[in-house]
Amino acid sequence: MKFAILVTEAPFGGQAAATALAFAGAAMARGHEIERVFFYCDGVHNANRLAAPPGGEANLVRDWSKLGAERGLDLVVCINAGGRRGLREANLAPGFRISGLGQLVEAVILADRLVPFGA
Amino acid sequence: MAATPAAPPRKPKTLAFLCRRSPWGSGHAAEMLEAALIAGAFDQEVHLAFLDDGVFQLVAGQRPDLLGRRALDQGFGELADLDVEHVWVERESLAERGLEADRLLLRATVLDRRAMAELLARMDAVFSA
Repeated sequence: MKFAILVTEAPFGGQAAATALAFAGAAMARGHEIERVFFYCDGVHNANRLAAPPGGEANLVRDWSKLGAERGLDLVVCINAGGRRGLREANLAPGFRISGLGQLVEAVILADRLVPFGA
Repeated sequence: MAATPAAPPRKPKTLAFLCRRSPWGSGHAAEMLEAALIAGAFDQEVHLAFLDDGVFQLVAGQRPDLLGRRALDQGFGELADLDVEHVWVERESLAERGLEADRLLLRATVLDRRAMAELLARMDAVFSA
């Protein structure tokens, strides 16, 4: 199965982004493909390398970057949603790239399933 | 030598965008509409569905300029240009909020909750946020 993943919630303050990360890792571990992970709405905060949670807390930004590097995951941040929230190349975490909403639509066209995370 | 047949064109997908939040309390309404408009440019079968508090997006006469927000009207106006022809609104969501279908600022087909569920069940992808 080939999945497109949509993340629309920030890394802290909700469970959706962490669940998306866990889903992506588990799906690939079971041999599924992830066409792309697209970060939209408040989900763009998952790509902010300036995030610095206090010691001992989860750091989803770092974990996305790690999963992206290990598994060649395509992590794409919406340029408009990012711009509205101060997310740009200057503070983009490793492994993410900034592009347009067309990347979300294309991923859904190419994938078998879209799995959105974020209420 | 026979020419290699071209790959058959990929069948357009059915994509539904759910608008279920009030228009100004968050950025969801604007960003969901933005996404639906982009999808409309990809020659897919795009559906826009208003339910729950999302039906408040369709109330005419709103003044978001007083909040420093941009009206959704312009985006609604672009829907038809981008071939987003399937616009739905849920009957129960309207009734629960005292709204009437014939006074909405966008022409939408009214569906009851069961029909809305059936519509969404046959979509290839449902975008919610």
